[in-house]
Amino acid sequence: MTDEIIRTEDLCKSFGKLEVLKGISTSIRRGEVVSIIGPSGGGKSTFLRCLNLLEVPTSGKVFFEGTEITARKEKINLYRQKIGMVFQSFNVFPHLTVLDNITLTPILEKKIPKAQAEREAMELLERVGLTEKAGEYPGRLSGGQKQRLAIVRALAMQPDVMLFDEPTSALDPEMVKGVLEVIAGLARSGMTIVIVTHEMGFAREVSDRVLFICDGIIKEEGPPEAIFTMPRDPATIRFLSMVL
Amino acid sequence: MDKIVRLWTRYSGIYIKGLGGTLWMSAVTICIGTLLGIFVALLRMSKWKLLRAVADVYVEIVRGTPALLQLYFFWLVVPKVVHFPISDTQCIVLGLIFNAGAYISEIIRAGLQAVDKGQWEAARSLGLAERNVMSRIIMPQAIKNILPALCNEFITTIKGTSLASVFFINELMTSYKTVNSATFLAVQSLCIAGFIYLLLNVTLSRLVKLLERRLQSSDR
Ligand SMILES: Nc1ncnc2c1ncn2[C@@H]1O[C@H](COP(=O)(O)OP(=O)(O)OP(=O)(O)O)[C@@H](O)[C@H]1O
Ligand SMILES: [Mg+2]
Repeated sequence: MTDEIIRTEDLCKSFGKLEVLKGISTSIRRGEVVSIIGPSGGGKSTFLRCLNLLEVPTSGKVFFEGTEITARKEKINLYRQKIGMVFQSFNVFPHLTVLDNITLTPILEKKIPKAQAEREAMELLERVGLTEKAGEYPGRLSGGQKQRLAIVRALAMQPDVMLFDEPTSALDPEMVKGVLEVIAGLARSGMTIVIVTHEMGFAREVSDRVLFICDGIIKEEGPPEAIFTMPRDPATIRFLSMVL
Repeated sequence: MDKIVRLWTRYSGIYIKGLGGTLWMSAVTICIGTLLGIFVALLRMSKWKLLRAVADVYVEIVRGTPALLQLYFFWLVVPKVVHFPISDTQCIVLGLIFNAGAYISEIIRAGLQAVDKGQWEAARSLGLAERNVMSRIIMPQAIKNILPALCNEFITTIKGTSLASVFFINELMTSYKTVNSATFLAVQSLCIAGFIYLLLNVTLSRLVKLLERRLQSSDR
């Protein structure tokens, strides 16, 4: 089982009385690209946020590279360094320059020398076409640029897996393509990716597997062709007929 | 007006000495009160219920009782419980710190809470240690909300030190009492103290406005 990066066992999460996740068991293999689709409020974000414990599961287990990170004693920030996350609302740090946004954590937590961290950051910025913006503050960036910054900020920690929560939902339509291209490039380079998305075309194109999450469980899963062309669960059929 | 001018030329020394006392007490109160406030704010956000409860009770006590009562309490109790001689002034300053610390903890908490939740999440998701999340990401952003409010608290404290006159501790209101009892020109001597407070606080609040604008414009 060396190629398994993340595994969840009977993951449940409630907010007060509201049961959001009702037992999700799945595993993500190294190099796999997994898309999560499903109706609003179905628990997609909550599931993703449980994977790096931004939400603490009510019950069930999360394993990362074989270690149960839901176990009490584990130092969660060490695991989070290997799990990149990109949010719908970018969440770039407004008080730091583009370059500092990227280098802050490698320098502080991985003790990488500043010069080296900056060199690596510049390489990453070049990959996403933001070289010129290195010295700017994020307030000067467009939404698409902010999101590309957020992606390379996560990549600078050299994570083993990247989690994306609707990375293009807050973007103006003309910005979406650029960000999706960056993610597709990552997928091609072999990065393990879990992405919650409403971009069905994208999910179909890049993923190895699609999870349909609805009412807090995985209602259906399979290769994109199967899910998109011959869904079996009535909920999946209904959802796809609405979004496609 | 005439009398006020004459009073001032004669007794300005007493007022200036009082002003010195007011400023000194306020400065000490704000400085140590801020440290206390940060500590209490951290307690109130801690994981441990008991610590949170203790801090909450402290803030409730300060907010739910008159400041004058708190000063009396410190003035009466502190000399009885410490094993070394302590002056009235020191007791009163401790009381002022006790009072300011609670309000400052509220200011700090509100400032921290005003930072977008997404900033906490992004910082944590990168794997920053909790203390770095606070010191590198949250605090630098919260300071923009906190600093102006803290300066306003300084003004409040300056006015609050006037309560110390009840205990005849050197500060502006005590200066008024001194001058009044020497001259029996109650209204005039009070007006002088009033002018000084006004001048001081108006100047300070202008400075706060300026600071606020500077901090806003640095929000790139
Ligand atoms: N912190 C929270 N406190 C209380 N309820 C929450 C919290 N976070 C999420 N919820 C609730 O949990 C349910 C699932 O939310 P979640 O964000 O996981 O859905 P989603 O599938 O990502 O939906 P969307 O497509 O709209 O993003 C919703 O009903 C939401 O209101
Ligand atoms: Mg969501």
